[in-house]
Amino acid sequence: MEKFTVMTGLVAPLARDNVDTDAIIPKQFLKSIHRTGFGQFCFDEWRFMDRGYLGIDPASRKPNPAFELNQARYHGASILLAGKNFGCGSSREHAPWALEQYGFRAVIAPSFADIFFNNCFKNGLLPIVLPADVVERLFAEVAAQGGYCLTVDLEKQQVLTPSGEALSFAVDPLRRHRLLEGLDDIGETLLEADAIAAFEKAHLAKSPWLNKQAAG
Amino acid sequence: MGKTLYDKVWDAHIVKQGEDGSSLLYIDRHIMHEVTSPQAFEGLKLAGRKVWRVSSIIATPDHNVPTTDRSSGIADEISALQVSTLLDNCETHGVPLFRLEDKRQGIVHVIGPEQGAVLPGMTAVCGDSHTSTLGAFGALAFGIGTSDVEHVMATQCMLMTKARNMLVRVDGSVPAGVTAKDIILHIIGVIGTAGGTGHTIEFSGSAIRNLSMEGRMTVCNMAIEAGARAGMIAVDETTIEYLKGRPYAPDGADWEIAVEAWKTLHSDADAVFDRVVDIDAAQIEPQVSWGTSPEMVVPVSGRVPDPADEADPARRAAIERALTYMGLDARTPIEQIAIDKVFIGSCTNSRIEDLRAAARVVDGRRVAATVKLAMVVPGSGLVKEQAEREGLDRIFKTAGFEWREPGCSMCLGMNNDRLAEGERCASTSNRNFEGRQGAGGRTHLVSPETAAAAAVTGHFIDARTLA
Repeated sequence: MEKFTVMTGLVAPLARDNVDTDAIIPKQFLKSIHRTGFGQFCFDEWRFMDRGYLGIDPASRKPNPAFELNQARYHGASILLAGKNFGCGSSREHAPWALEQYGFRAVIAPSFADIFFNNCFKNGLLPIVLPADVVERLFAEVAAQGGYCLTVDLEKQQVLTPSGEALSFAVDPLRRHRLLEGLDDIGETLLEADAIAAFEKAHLAKSPWLNKQAAG
Repeated sequence: MGKTLYDKVWDAHIVKQGEDGSSLLYIDRHIMHEVTSPQAFEGLKLAGRKVWRVSSIIATPDHNVPTTDRSSGIADEISALQVSTLLDNCETHGVPLFRLEDKRQGIVHVIGPEQGAVLPGMTAVCGDSHTSTLGAFGALAFGIGTSDVEHVMATQCMLMTKARNMLVRVDGSVPAGVTAKDIILHIIGVIGTAGGTGHTIEFSGSAIRNLSMEGRMTVCNMAIEAGARAGMIAVDETTIEYLKGRPYAPDGADWEIAVEAWKTLHSDADAVFDRVVDIDAAQIEPQVSWGTSPEMVVPVSGRVPDPADEADPARRAAIERALTYMGLDARTPIEQIAIDKVFIGSCTNSRIEDLRAAARVVDGRRVAATVKLAMVVPGSGLVKEQAEREGLDRIFKTAGFEWREPGCSMCLGMNNDRLAEGERCASTSNRNFEGRQGAGGRTHLVSPETAAAAAVTGHFIDARTLA
């Protein structure tokens, strides 16, 4: 996984609560058996007037001018500012894939849904929880200033505003460490392979039915 | 201090406790489908890793399969590739698989319990958020993303931080004709779609204990719609009775030992919950969702809300946006909302009991002429077979319903079962998000009884008035 240390980027606002993963990446794109190619379909139903499908010619798409991310001032944004309970619904990891492949490296919101939040860390996309009133203020600042950028410093656990204000955020120490170092979760867990094997042996000996196989 | 049910199952699976509060948790059961697994298998292959314990897995295609006649395979090439990729991956790694032709094939959260493959006290995962369904058995079950599907295949473990304990206690008796679906929709309406975020919800109380296993699965299924990754219900005689004799359930001497162990799977009397919500069962009516979030529900006797009544500006904006999307005017009586399609199915409501309940309403009636399509999609081949033995298929077909092959179908519309732009659906599924059942489609979440009543009248109506 790519390391995440410090990044500065243009902020795009999506001022809605309960943005679900169906909205982030609609069902028809889940037919893909690949991990890439989702960025062009991120927020597809909101972002385009026509209906997308796998294999559609990107040049043929009709952007929805009313959708926030389509405004010229937000082109090239790498930080998404969102409402509460962002990423609710389906566990599809295609959602963080789509956001990351669209160009986002961080999402800032007052709260996130649990599965989405967890999936983000596996893909170098940093979900940042800031208090609702702070997010509210950031929405106002983004609207008021063209080219509004924020700096995210994972090492210091801070978001830095253009005025120099440092907004602290909490992050699970283990997740922070792995993102900073770009470590592979599976590789790290397999360092405990002996402990897992020992646990498993005792666990299945105690409850042998856990490993029962059905006939046929 | 006593332990909650969640504490007990969690503690019994800790391989290693990290100093930072994280735990390496052993996973007993992994259920897999075609949509969220191909990239995980690819990851294993690229890293040269193998599956840790193949016998922990059960796989089946369900999300992206046609529900029409499929004896000659899947016509859509992209879907056919996704399903054949699952078959190839399972074959390569020796993973047990129920193929499309197998009568044990069906929706992952229906077939796991049906096979007895999800047992009390287990930890169970699946790359699908509705894995919470399986907590009805006193198991700790939750949905995971594809990276974790790969992680569990490679390590048999999840690295997690424990959630907080939440108790939703539903005491008293629900009025006659009020179902498990109405209970959970009502709960979500009360606590909100993020009401359980960061928590594992245990559902308790006499109204929950009085539910069948099918009903309990319906309740736990939608814990995720309240934000909780896992829902759980204590083990009792109903649980044990359901499991007895199922293919993966223990037998012989093991059965007796297992049952003794399972009987301890309830929260201790002195267990402490971080949050407790009490719900009066007697106050619950049949529910209908009106908006684009599962928390946007009202009783069938109610009206669509008026955003003008909402003081909070963000909530008001959300109501306005939902009403525009749903094509509804404020204060419209729910019973005046006409529907275009009816979907009875999904991991929420496609089990035999759901089909029986819907058939009782439909029996002797006809699908209203204004309804373009009414379909029943059984949750598994075994549910379908059982329903046909009971003659339920004839009741549905005689009334004008389509009787389909098992799969996720119009719950998420990955196959051809979709709503067209602007179509309105009475659906027994679990999500009414914008575009969920098809771009521009309008979903109203209801129980099987309410969906059946809407099918035969063409609009929402309290199914109890049709009796």
